[in-house]
Amino acid sequence: MLLDLVYATAFALGGLAFLLFALFLGSLVRPHDPSGRKLTTYECGEVPVGQSWSQFNIRFYVFALCFVIFDIETIFLVPWAVVFKNIGLVAFVEMAVFIGVLLIGLAYAWRKGALRWAL
Amino acid sequence: MSVSVEFLELLWILLPELLPSPLYALARLGVAFVAVMAFIVVMVLFAVWFERKVIGHIQVRIGPLHTGRWHGWAQTIADAIKLFLKEDIIPKGVDRPVYVLAPLVVFVTTVVVYVVIPFSRNLVARDINMGILFVFAVSSIATLGIFMGGWGSNNKYSLLGAMRVAAQIVSYEVPLLLSVLGVFMLAQTLSLNGIVEAQKGLWYVFLQPVGFVIYVIAGIAEVNRLPFDIPEAESELVAGFHTEYSGLRFAFFFLAEYANMFVMSALATVLFLGGWHGPFLPGFVWFILKAFFFMFLMVWLRGTYPRLRVDQMMSFCWKVLLPLAFLNLLVTGLVMSFI
Repeated sequence: MLLDLVYATAFALGGLAFLLFALFLGSLVRPHDPSGRKLTTYECGEVPVGQSWSQFNIRFYVFALCFVIFDIETIFLVPWAVVFKNIGLVAFVEMAVFIGVLLIGLAYAWRKGALRWAL
Repeated sequence: MSVSVEFLELLWILLPELLPSPLYALARLGVAFVAVMAFIVVMVLFAVWFERKVIGHIQVRIGPLHTGRWHGWAQTIADAIKLFLKEDIIPKGVDRPVYVLAPLVVFVTTVVVYVVIPFSRNLVARDINMGILFVFAVSSIATLGIFMGGWGSNNKYSLLGAMRVAAQIVSYEVPLLLSVLGVFMLAQTLSLNGIVEAQKGLWYVFLQPVGFVIYVIAGIAEVNRLPFDIPEAESELVAGFHTEYSGLRFAFFFLAEYANMFVMSALATVLFLGGWHGPFLPGFVWFILKAFFFMFLMVWLRGTYPRLRVDQMMSFCWKVLLPLAFLNLLVTGLVMSFI
């Protein structure tokens, strides 16, 4: 377990070092001339109008909520799936009830139009 | 080539006998990391050339032909050097820390995922016993990096692309995970090597055909490839979340994207196509061949299908793939409890 974490951390640090080293090497050879219109953000060749940090559409939050519900459910399903063969039918019925409740929730969201993207 | 692969594999197994234990552990870690980085870079250089060649022939063109003489094999190397020499432009209006961190987050999470990819029975950096969960957990952090890139750029196209990325990846993650549960039920383990081991007789693609189809569709959506490349739809969003990135920073987004494609292909190979199992050739070669079958599939789809609309894509995920994945799970459970 500890060694797993060591490997993950070492790969993360290694990847970071690789990226930073490449950027450093590049800075030795690439041109550096930050000036003029080069530094504006792209907007079809026009001068950008205002900031672009805008409000989000409400439907993103609806989908994010649906995602959270089903992703947490999946976390419950993973250990169940791994030990399923040893427990058999009892485990199946219990999980069918659990999934059934969630599917009713999905049907409700569907009916309410929460899954409709176009408003 | 196969002889040298087998020799390297033998050396890899014999290494613990040759070195004392703390030194060995450190050396193994170092060798594994260098090998994985070398693999990622070479694989991506090849995959880009491969994609351009295949897509060229699909569209009755020739693709790259001149650089390096033989079928333009050096084209992607030339491209990489060009990106390396480009000026590093950071536009004035950007949210600087977020903008600079974004490619870093995306690239680092992609590299970490390679810890658990089993290239053959022994060629795996570290066989974590919750391997699959590890892959999904770490690779979903990359979404955060992509969103940071789009948000930090202070560009309208980037922000639109980033919003779509978040919605798309988050949505398709649900059927992706659900489609894989059937494999967990059959294999009774989450370790990637364990799952490959369990497919010695019969590949799971034959026992879980519906799960396989859902996995491939959701996986392609997860790495933002056509027909699901709405986040970076060139014709409407310029380049999506990486519009403002240039030079090396762009190169790292690009590298991570192709490395992620390979992760998806490798996972499909491990979960459904029996990983490194196969006759005659060594396991490593089989693994690469199977994974590149999926890479080919992604290029083929790109050459064949038009892009979906956002609302089509979202409703397809929630109204078709998700119920289908649940159905697959229920049928698998029923069959397994009565047989």
